[in-house]
Amino acid sequence: MGNQAVQLDELISQDYRHGFYTPMEVDALPHGLSEDVIRMISAKKKEPEFMLEWRLKAFRHWLTMTEPHWATVRHPPIDYQDIVYYSAPRSQQDGPQSLADVDPELLRTYEKLGVPLHERELLAGVAVDAVFDSVSVATTFKAKLGELGIIFCSFSEAVQNHPDLVRQYLGSVVPYTDNFFATLNSAVFSDGSFCYIPPGVRCPMELSTYFRINAKNTGQFERTLIIADRGAYVSYLEGCTAPMRDENQLHAAVVELIALEGAQIKYSTVQNWYPGDKDGKGGIYNFVTKRGDCREANSKISWTQVETGSAITWKYPSVILQGDNSVGEFHSVALTNHYQQADTGTKMIHLGRNTRSTILSKGISAGHGSNAYRGLVKVAKSAVGARNYTQCDSLLLGDRCAAHTFPYIEVKNASARVEHEASTSRIGEDQLFYCQSRGISAEDAVSLIVSGFCKEVFKQLPMEFAVEAQKLLGVSLEGAIG
Amino acid sequence: MLEIRNLHVTVDDKPILRGLDLTVMAGEVHAIMGPNGSGKSTLAHVLAGREGYVVTAGEILYLGKNLLELAPEERAREGIFLAFQYPVEIPGVANIYLLKAAVNAVRRHRGEQELDAMDFLVLVKEKFRLMDMDESLLYRAVNEGFSGGEKKRNEILQMAVLEPRLAILDETDSGLDIDALKVVANGVEAMRDPDRAIILVTHYQRLLDHIRPDRVHVLAQGRIALSGGPELAQELERRGYGWVEAEAQKMAGAGAQ
Ligand SMILES: Nc1ncnc2c1ncn2[C@@H]1O[C@H](COP(=O)(O)OP(=O)(O)OP(=O)(O)O)[C@@H](O)[C@H]1O
Ligand SMILES: [Mg+2]
Repeated sequence: MGNQAVQLDELISQDYRHGFYTPMEVDALPHGLSEDVIRMISAKKKEPEFMLEWRLKAFRHWLTMTEPHWATVRHPPIDYQDIVYYSAPRSQQDGPQSLADVDPELLRTYEKLGVPLHERELLAGVAVDAVFDSVSVATTFKAKLGELGIIFCSFSEAVQNHPDLVRQYLGSVVPYTDNFFATLNSAVFSDGSFCYIPPGVRCPMELSTYFRINAKNTGQFERTLIIADRGAYVSYLEGCTAPMRDENQLHAAVVELIALEGAQIKYSTVQNWYPGDKDGKGGIYNFVTKRGDCREANSKISWTQVETGSAITWKYPSVILQGDNSVGEFHSVALTNHYQQADTGTKMIHLGRNTRSTILSKGISAGHGSNAYRGLVKVAKSAVGARNYTQCDSLLLGDRCAAHTFPYIEVKNASARVEHEASTSRIGEDQLFYCQSRGISAEDAVSLIVSGFCKEVFKQLPMEFAVEAQKLLGVSLEGAIG
Repeated sequence: MLEIRNLHVTVDDKPILRGLDLTVMAGEVHAIMGPNGSGKSTLAHVLAGREGYVVTAGEILYLGKNLLELAPEERAREGIFLAFQYPVEIPGVANIYLLKAAVNAVRRHRGEQELDAMDFLVLVKEKFRLMDMDESLLYRAVNEGFSGGEKKRNEILQMAVLEPRLAILDETDSGLDIDALKVVANGVEAMRDPDRAIILVTHYQRLLDHIRPDRVHVLAQGRIALSGGPELAQELERRGYGWVEAEAQKMAGAGAQ
């Protein structure tokens, strides 16, 4: 019998499984950032003038900003001149017409990750817009979606084919001046997804995108824009894994959601980027700005996220509740293991009357992991009858990990009701022994307890995603038992 | 079934068991009594494989095999069951999920087909009636907020569902009201089987009124100080442990020379 504390330790120190690297020809710009680089990016993408102008404004603004350091995360300084700001798989230069045109190496990478595009598009009924190193390589189900007037395509395509929509909504939720990382993204973003659901249309399938980071030293700057017009409904899934590598990689995505009157957007993420190795070496820096705008009355935006990857996660999916009676939700599971750091949470900004928001945050820390919840609930004077309920639970495995909770509440309207509940618990040796004495291995016992802890959040995920998320948590925590 | 020879166990370097011998045959029910702190729960935990209980000498054979080589979960899968004196709460995990995971872990080990949700429910419901428990307890988190008596019944329910070969019940009768005691006793009595052995750790004769043990042992000074038939329990009830301890001390002294 080994020592149980050691056992628990080994249990939670399983190595990253999706760690491999696909050699590919890459068409990359030289390192570094300047106006010239931005002009080149824009030119390569054959963008209209307004896009270039927007990028340049963002870049000039970025030069006046400094990196934020208030999150409870630590990392070596990022050299922004040492980042390659654009890279595209070479075979994708003219854009593939079908899967047959897709680089087979690329498809194999997806296979290894268990994302067989063929199956997904045909069997699962999911339209996949796969982002690989900044350029979309396959977009499916377009025809079917097209019949309903739904636009689901890469951001670049949207810029080409629907410039008016892009122009109208881009930056309307996250302006280019918003924050250091969002501003950088605005200047250099390479690609991403675009989705527009016309009035009264209920999108009949889950829209999903698989993000992947591959080329060496390539910062990823994705941009996602989703608009649900009046009375529309859409459920969007984002998932990602990344290959093993040594250097830290910056990922600074921006996601903007806009819900018009009576519209509903459900945005789910399962994030499994390379977290760095057991000693905290390598891994992705994930500094993401995600924000939804319930722009008109009776609209609803829900964020659900399961975060298990990245060396550092800095992310606060938020909802601006402008429309009267609009609803914002945030459901999150964040897991940190080894030396991972996560500083996540949400902001619910109540502006409209009778707006409601719910925050459910589940943080799991293991190893030397550090997990912080940072949430802001802001109720403006105008938000008569606003309500918020926040529940924030932390689960600790072992005794070298940490959990922090920072709830910020600003209420300017006396009729508002804001409730906050928090709890911290630890998986104890006695709980593991109790399960073991019933025939359940310590590893399975940890999974059981963790799943139980997360189930309220998993319930919010679409079925297939929930299964994937559960597996992912298992993988992130399991390991050989001595 | 179970053979313990000259067992020495320390906890945090403190010797608790000091040369304990005990043999339990299949089909038998043994009662282990003894003063507080004498090492009864220690023995139960050592049998279940709990961490931190260090065996410094002696051996334990279970079904002819060296029990000490097995991890706790392997022991459970091989048929050892410990009903805890203080059942552990596991927030967030539904009682029924734990039970299902346990049953299927044992079945996998035996090379049997895992039970699906339906078959499992049938099995549990059947055992459930025996325990006279409120069905809502199945869907609540494991032991969380259970009353003392509910926790103990839940242990017996788990035992009934898992059908162990060797069951060790650590003071399952403590804290039960009279009706609950009967329910638990009936549950245990229903488990009596020629292929099964049961060890009851108890302080009270009243449990043994319901379940008649084949042997009664007194644990004192870290060893079995005295063994006898059911009548020994009655004698202990009348006379207390003082005289047994005095005897044990004499014997220990004799052994040392
Ligand atoms: N972790 C520990 N560190 C030090 N001593 C311990 C530890 N665990 C148990 N002990 C001691 O071992 C002795 C035996 O404890 P045990 O729980 O086995 O007694 P018991 O016979 O079950 O008593 P009770 O009838 O009160 O349940 C006690 O003196 C107890 O204090
Ligand atoms: Mg005890």
